[in-house]
Amino acid sequence: MTDIPKTADLDQLKEIFSAIPHCRELGLEIMSLEPGKASIRLEYQGRLVANPQTGVVHGGVISTLLDTVSGLGAMSAVSETMPVATLDLRIDYLKPASPGDAIIGEAHCFRLSSSVAFVRGVAHHGDSNDPIAHCVATFMLGGAGFNSSRQGQA
Amino acid sequence: MLNDIQKLKELGDFAAISKLIPYSAVIGLECEVINNSILTRLKHLESNIGNYQMGFLHGGTVAALLEHAAIFHLLYEMEIQILPRIVNISVDYLRPCTGQDTLASATLIKQGKRIANVRVQAWQTNPARPVAAAHAHFLLS
Repeated sequence: MTDIPKTADLDQLKEIFSAIPHCRELGLEIMSLEPGKASIRLEYQGRLVANPQTGVVHGGVISTLLDTVSGLGAMSAVSETMPVATLDLRIDYLKPASPGDAIIGEAHCFRLSSSVAFVRGVAHHGDSNDPIAHCVATFMLGGAGFNSSRQGQA
Repeated sequence: MLNDIQKLKELGDFAAISKLIPYSAVIGLECEVINNSILTRLKHLESNIGNYQMGFLHGGTVAALLEHAAIFHLLYEMEIQILPRIVNISVDYLRPCTGQDTLASATLIKQGKRIANVRVQAWQTNPARPVAAAHAHFLLS
């Protein structure tokens, strides 16, 4: 008898993602999702820029993209669907995003302890070796919301 | 953009400077001068929610608030030749942000010739109970 490892219900995660109001507001779309790995896409929009003369998107947009994809990476790594709460998020802005180009966020949960997920992420225009920004983030597992079976502090 | 900012800065109209930034309107960022410092506000909008079952704000909007507050603090405190460009930011999420306005203010820890180090705190009802804190570096030249 072998134990079948439980994995997060990825279809349910996609449903949760598509219902998150701020992800809908920005039009974020999942490109790929597998246990512990996620990528999402953000189309370029003039309303998201910081400086209308340069057309470069606000750093807050990159933060939101990376926070979202990192959280998704963490949620997909755990064995049951549960909400995660960001503990911290550190971002290095490596170069300005190119005006007009879609931005892709990718994240990988590289370590999962009983209560914390450790995630690395990167934002780029299609080539992850030429990144706009990268991040490390940690997430508390559990907390309230998303029909959690594991209620705790947020 | 920089010329417009300098003119508005002479008038002390930081609310108008914030409105020059299209993204401000998307998530509801506003700036005002209170007691000789910049107070930045993230208005409560349903479209800023992340955890919709609990009504908590998306962490990305909180990071955006902290970054915006840091930049406006630098604009207010310093003579600037360029718009401060963010190098990195580290955000600690301390408490969930519930359905109300979130406020933030920054402190300039160190100003060098080319780099500024800034700390920022955000709160909702009580500054002594922060919901998030960050430190960030900005390029000034």
